[in-house]
Amino acid sequence: MAILVFVESAEGKIKATSIEAVAYAYQLGDAVTAIALGDVEKSELEGLGKYGAKKVLHAADAKLNQPVIQAYTNVLIKAMEDEAADILVLANSSLGTPVAAKVAVKTGASLASNVVSLPDKSAGFAVKKSIYTGKAFAWVELTNPKKVIAIRKNAVDIKEVSGNAAVTPYTVQLSDSDFAVKTLSTEKATGEILLPEANIVVSGGRGMKGPEHWSILEDLAKALNAATGCSKPVSDMGWRPHHEHVGQTGVKVAPQLYIAVGISGAIQHLAGVNSSKCIVVINKDPEAPFFKAADYGIVGDAFEIIPKLTEAIKAVK
Amino acid sequence: MKILVCITHVPDTTSKINFKDNNTKFDPTGVQFIIGPYDDYALARAIEIKEATPGTTVTVLNVGLADTEPTIRKALAIGADDAIRVNADPADSFFVATQIAEHAKTANYDLILMGRESIDYNSGVVHSIVGEMLGIPSVSPVMKLDIEGTKAKLAREIEGGKESLEVNLPFVAGCQEPIAEWKIPNMRGIMSARTKPLKVVEAKAVDSGYKIQKFELPPPKGAVKMIPADNVAQLVTLLKTEAKVL
Ligand SMILES: Cc1cc2nc3c(=O)[nH]c(=O)nc-3n(C[C@H](O)[C@H](O)[C@H](O)COP(=O)(O)OP(=O)(O)OC[C@H]3O[C@@H](n4cnc5c(N)ncnc54)[C@H](O)[C@@H]3O)c2cc1C
Repeated sequence: MAILVFVESAEGKIKATSIEAVAYAYQLGDAVTAIALGDVEKSELEGLGKYGAKKVLHAADAKLNQPVIQAYTNVLIKAMEDEAADILVLANSSLGTPVAAKVAVKTGASLASNVVSLPDKSAGFAVKKSIYTGKAFAWVELTNPKKVIAIRKNAVDIKEVSGNAAVTPYTVQLSDSDFAVKTLSTEKATGEILLPEANIVVSGGRGMKGPEHWSILEDLAKALNAATGCSKPVSDMGWRPHHEHVGQTGVKVAPQLYIAVGISGAIQHLAGVNSSKCIVVINKDPEAPFFKAADYGIVGDAFEIIPKLTEAIKAVK
Repeated sequence: MKILVCITHVPDTTSKINFKDNNTKFDPTGVQFIIGPYDDYALARAIEIKEATPGTTVTVLNVGLADTEPTIRKALAIGADDAIRVNADPADSFFVATQIAEHAKTANYDLILMGRESIDYNSGVVHSIVGEMLGIPSVSPVMKLDIEGTKAKLAREIEGGKESLEVNLPFVAGCQEPIAEWKIPNMRGIMSARTKPLKVVEAKAVDSGYKIQKFELPPPKGAVKMIPADNVAQLVTLLKTEAKVL
């Protein structure tokens, strides 16, 4: 079974979620070819061998330095054909998910996004996907010979295998229609850990009382190597940018550790975090509903607790 | 201008999710259904465009059985002009997208809007599939949409930021906040919605290559461990040695 994995990159480095996609493909079947588009460091591409890629195709055309969905789609369709791949694996993301959908239409593949585990092949080929915004799961059988699988973070444990991957340049033919959606500009936080990819998230709610108090959460996040998130009212009021908003109508996260500070735990917020491995809640109200969804809780004033917690973390690092 | 808004009929965000028939069917007992919150943003933006652009019509489309009609009427009350219900259970993304494309391919819409994802299956792919089937661009998740003649300027959210995009009409957009503020129907809207046209059409048969075998609920969460506020060091120890997440 030949599997193609689309790996995303940012600033020349492969994204953590895409490394997971390679590990997923390797655990699914061992003939794994990865494909990267645009400007990516060679050592990064070779390094994919550590997660199970035998070969890495690199389409280095400068036109692909910006992630353009239609262009990426057509490159992947061609690469699936060239590699005789039956399965395309990629990370669920603002780029991966639309690309997955378009490739599936064009190749006649069965499509599953938001996949959270390796397939069960005991009866057909079934994947488990997260539904009802983390409140349930569905086992879905993918019956077409070709399959496109978009995986969510933490869908698989990353196992390292030995060896470097062979990197092959991949030439692509692009047409004007691939660029029908023109990118005018991109605004992106650089140098900080991105929320959907973070292993630890420190999130603040209305209990933080104002944007000027975020520095104590940022200090904690820095000590933990964590991303920062927030509740919906916090982004609605403009205290934090919209892409940090976690929950039903925002980003869904599945980190190892989610620390919620001054967030009441409304069901719509919980929907975005209930796949976290461990949840810590810090709230001054002992009746806050979030405690029911937490693994560890502290009742108290965030403004006193957070600086102390930051110090305690620094002490053990 | 002609705008199509595709809406889902989904459990209210506060719903408790349960299944029946040996975990093969969603159990609607006690569940209140709403227009999908993301679809509601799409609808609100469509109505804003209609109000600002004379001659614009907004059609809503839902793939669903007869029980979705109150949800469709609500969209008409919010300000859509007419509605189409494709009479079928919205089984999967490919099925739903096929029905939308089937209707849209002869209807010449300038703009096809919907939510970035439905809040039941969360697949987030219908807009992309529809775009691909119709051979027109699709963009999602769109947080800003301004029409400028035959073009549109969009902002699309990406991890850690956003892209500013430009695209010619027609295209498909999957919408999210803050594209517009949700609209609440007023009394006049509710009255007029009763007589607005709602056409029921039959679905096209599709093989999606996608079959739901069963549903599953997450395991119940264990009891929370409370830690005294004056002992944060204990929390750090537990995170390290017990939860093993540090
Ligand atoms: C359709 C729909 C979709 C929604 N989607 C989302 C979503 O995606 N994400 C989301 O977050 N919300 C969402 N909401 C809103 C949600 O219902 C809640 O209103 C929101 O999550 C509350 O945010 P909060 O916890 O920050 O604020 P509040 O509910 O006001 O809670 C503030 C908390 O801070 C605590 N606090 C105050 N001072 C301190 C202090 N000094 N120290 C410690 N704790 C303190 C309080 O005890 C309280 O529990 C949605 C709502 C709807 C209807």
